[in-house]
Amino acid sequence: MTVYQVLNGATFAALLFVVASGFTLIFGLMRIINLAHGSIYLFGGYIGLTVALWTGSFTVAALAAVISMAVAGFALDQGLLRFGRSSERQQVLLTLGAGLMANDLALVIWGGDVFTVPVPAFLQGPLFFGGIVYPKYRLFVLLVGILILIGLWLLLQRTRLGILIRAGVDDVEMVEAMGIDIRRVFIQTFMLGCALAGLAGVLGGAFLTLYPTADVEILVYSLAVVIIGGQGSLIGAALGSLFVGMLATFGQVWFPELAYFVIFGPMAVLLAFRPLGLFGRARA
Amino acid sequence: MSKTATGAVLVATAVVLAFVPWWAPGYRTTLATEMLIFALLAMSIDILEGYAGRTTLCHGALFGVSAYVLLYHVVELSGSLWGGVVLGVIVSTVLAAIFAMLAVRTTGVYFLLLTLALGMIVWGVCLRWSTVTGGENGIRGRVRPEMLSDPSSFYYFVLIIFVVLAALMWRFVNSPFGRTLQGIRESESRMRTLGYNVHLHLFIGFVVSGFFAGVAGVLYGFFNNFVSPASVGLNQSVTGLLMTLVGGAGTLLGGLIGAIVIISLQVFVSEYTERWSMVLGLMFIVIIIFAPEGAIGKLRQLFAARVPRPASPSIRTK
Repeated sequence: MTVYQVLNGATFAALLFVVASGFTLIFGLMRIINLAHGSIYLFGGYIGLTVALWTGSFTVAALAAVISMAVAGFALDQGLLRFGRSSERQQVLLTLGAGLMANDLALVIWGGDVFTVPVPAFLQGPLFFGGIVYPKYRLFVLLVGILILIGLWLLLQRTRLGILIRAGVDDVEMVEAMGIDIRRVFIQTFMLGCALAGLAGVLGGAFLTLYPTADVEILVYSLAVVIIGGQGSLIGAALGSLFVGMLATFGQVWFPELAYFVIFGPMAVLLAFRPLGLFGRARA
Repeated sequence: MSKTATGAVLVATAVVLAFVPWWAPGYRTTLATEMLIFALLAMSIDILEGYAGRTTLCHGALFGVSAYVLLYHVVELSGSLWGGVVLGVIVSTVLAAIFAMLAVRTTGVYFLLLTLALGMIVWGVCLRWSTVTGGENGIRGRVRPEMLSDPSSFYYFVLIIFVVLAALMWRFVNSPFGRTLQGIRESESRMRTLGYNVHLHLFIGFVVSGFFAGVAGVLYGFFNNFVSPASVGLNQSVTGLLMTLVGGAGTLLGGLIGAIVIISLQVFVSEYTERWSMVLGLMFIVIIIFAPEGAIGKLRQLFAARVPRPASPSIRTK
């Protein structure tokens, strides 16, 4: 039974990591929190759902969600956030307004029903190993989460974009002073973050289901991950996701009605000692 | 604005507010009551937004929690009404103190993120803890005293409280202590160098602000005789913040203008469409882009270009 819960926690953590990794990179680099991130997740899920029902292919659905949400991220950054470049607070409030509108738009298009993204046949049903029976699909989500962690780590360590992101997280002015067009790095990161949220929408839509308040719930979890892990840190996001995923799962088992509070307690204790999170660093 | 002009505006506002049940009876008096309640929420947010320079997204939760406590105490526990009122305000204030302890050490976007997360946890608990909060259905029951059941007497009840609290808030933000909050808004490091305990001052400002939000929340409980997770949700915080911004952050009484504008708009929009969230989001974006100094600030800019304006909260030095 406990192994089962640990697996539940780990698979939920994997999903959270996919959402929160983009969120934390955007936050760390651009100093803005994208409060439309939850809506991007939900929209990605809904678009994936529509495409999956239409084409019958999970892969095509995931691709559609990733691409459309990357484009949405581009539109959000270029079409809206450009009006608030002078202050980060202004940009955050703009994403908040955009999130409210997007959530309502989703309600208009898909209604208030609960949907589940269909999963391909080979991922359906349980897997038997070592005396445990566990849904294949959730293990698949865990695998995807781990692959994305590795992929992002390689991106940050081995590519030019990744080096620029890491440098930007530490000191944007210095990167600019070296002649780098930081705006391009910003927009690529923003699109990457939104694409990841879109992918998570499809992944999560298949086992957590999609419904109108799912965006806010996933946003709160992402906030908790970033608050615990610290902004702009991939390792922080991974550990934060694991922590929040486990707490949320065990919280739901032990105190079903107070699951939210179970996340809050440790978060508060952590904040009392490390206001910037486990891996957050103060800025110059 | 000169002192006499401000005085004239205040007197005119007072006269208009005093006679609302005469010139706008029935349903419109009820709307005016709602505006006053939300104006208190917007003003409590303004203490942090306009004076301390901290954008909060948890005040909807502080506001709704006191309504929850009031209704739970009266309806579920059959407790006394005024006991519920006092408890509601106390719980909101204590919650504000807990939130403040965690949030005052952060600044800017991080403060916003933290208050958002804290407020959302309240929402999540209210939604899920259904044995106490009634889950999605919320708690319903007559908590408004019998003698306040007709719209106009309830209006006057709320108006008196509004005037008293507005005067208190006005006194608070213009006190020497309130000035230190403005100093923190302008430059935290300078205030620290001058020997002020910045965190303590912010903490007190936050708790005071939470207290006023709590009182407004109790009135909201009276107003609706109902409370649900939507009352503590993000939309509530966003609506309050939007009212503050529309009226102009750092003007305190701007919150009243903001509440009048937003609630009128809500009533107007609801007649044509159910898409209030959409309109709210759009309004928010428009205000942030075109009039970050709010309606009062914009008017001052347009009509009194030569009168020096108080420093806008968006001007901050590191």
